Amino acid sequence: MIERAIRVTVNGRVYERTVEARKTLADFLRDDLELTGTHLGCEHGVCGACTIIVDGAAVRSCLLFAAQAHGRDVQTVEGLADGETLNPLQEAFREHHGLQCGFCTPGFLMTLTCFLRECPDPSEAQIREAISGNLCRCTGYQNIVAAAAAAARSMSATPRSSR
Amino acid sequence: MKPPRFDYLVPTSLDEALALLGQHGEEAKALAGGQSLVPLLNFRLVRPAHLVDLNEIRGLDQIRADDGHLVIGAMARQRAVETSTLIRERCPLLAEAMPQIGHVQIRNRGTFGGSLAHADPAAELPAVVAALGGEIVLQSARGRRRLTAEQFFVGYLTTAAEPTELLVEVKLPATPRRTGSAFLEVSRRHGDFALVGVATTLTLDDRGVCTACSVALTGVGPTPVLARDAARALVGGPPSPQAIEEVGRRVSQGLRPDSDLHASSEYRKDVAGVLTRRALARAAERARGESR
Repeated sequence: MIERAIRVTVNGRVYERTVEARKTLADFLRDDLELTGTHLGCEHGVCGACTIIVDGAAVRSCLLFAAQAHGRDVQTVEGLADGETLNPLQEAFREHHGLQCGFCTPGFLMTLTCFLRECPDPSEAQIREAISGNLCRCTGYQNIVAAAAAAARSMSATPRSSR
Repeated sequence: MKPPRFDYLVPTSLDEALALLGQHGEEAKALAGGQSLVPLLNFRLVRPAHLVDLNEIRGLDQIRADDGHLVIGAMARQRAVETSTLIRERCPLLAEAMPQIGHVQIRNRGTFGGSLAHADPAAELPAVVAALGGEIVLQSARGRRRLTAEQFFVGYLTTAAEPTELLVEVKLPATPRRTGSAFLEVSRRHGDFALVGVATTLTLDDRGVCTACSVALTGVGPTPVLARDAARALVGGPPSPQAIEEVGRRVSQGLRPDSDLHASSEYRKDVAGVLTRRALARAAERARGESR
């Protein structure tokens, strides 16, 4: 088949679309669903800007086809904030100046969202390893690491259900 | 749109997938985790007429113990292998190598079989399977065959698998008692492919004499290099620092790695010797039960 009819849940909302099989999930999110928070850097799996969460796992959306998202649960950066209220991880990025131009930020946020679920009390070394698959050309990573550590602290002080 | 146009096929059973590969042959490409193939598609370096997506086939991703062996299904995600208790207990060499593959986002999607089938000359898993003496199981509509790593890896990004065959699982032999192993690599950055990597295993008898040793390297040739002769030098005596040093020297001497923009041939040879020595020393400690 050249096209596939898919049914995919993105940030809790179900979408039914017909997609060309070769369209990447990143392009589908950005162009078809107009969820442009997912950024595209290298488009070959190196930079991490397009990281999203599929069925609970952080993955590169430039290396998946939209056709493969059929029946899956997808979370993108648009799903993090509650309206105008940033979630604790986003708030920590703001507090700690964890972004400058912001291009890489959605990828970092989604990578760290997954990581902090699996590792709620990380060491600095663990944070650095967790973000090693995301490139940032502005910050030198110091403030991103500080933001991740602060987010872990504030999230452990907050009940799980409110994340 | 980055990738070229292709006919997308989504078999839901292994038989269906094998029939599609049988029907389309070289015109088809199997898609596992896509962490190597999709970049090639995005660059349009590969233009298959048909893409056979294996991700909706059930049961190809199992990790199980079978009659002492470990069997890892081709579609087991690398992250699942990395976090498997069974693998950690039964195959510490593999458990040690897994976190060195790419990054967590890659391992969440990338598969065990996909990495082997892609046969990147600097990948970790080919060397690990070679060091362990694993069997790579290929299946086509006509039947199955089992290959050793030396039979399977034939050249740069090239394996012995026919276009109609699929790598379905890998069988790893049980680890004998008093066996230690170690995987070490040097790369420019964490998560990069290895400049040089080495996988070693070493078995001792109850007097501390080495009865078996294997050394396999990645990043030093078009395929993983199983340094049989060098490893044999350790067998029959205790793995003393001098004996281990000698294996490292022989490994280094036996290699003819290419130079590229990442490292010169000389550098790779030297690092291969040093890593072999360090890995064997660690494996010996572990075999003696001195460290884990």
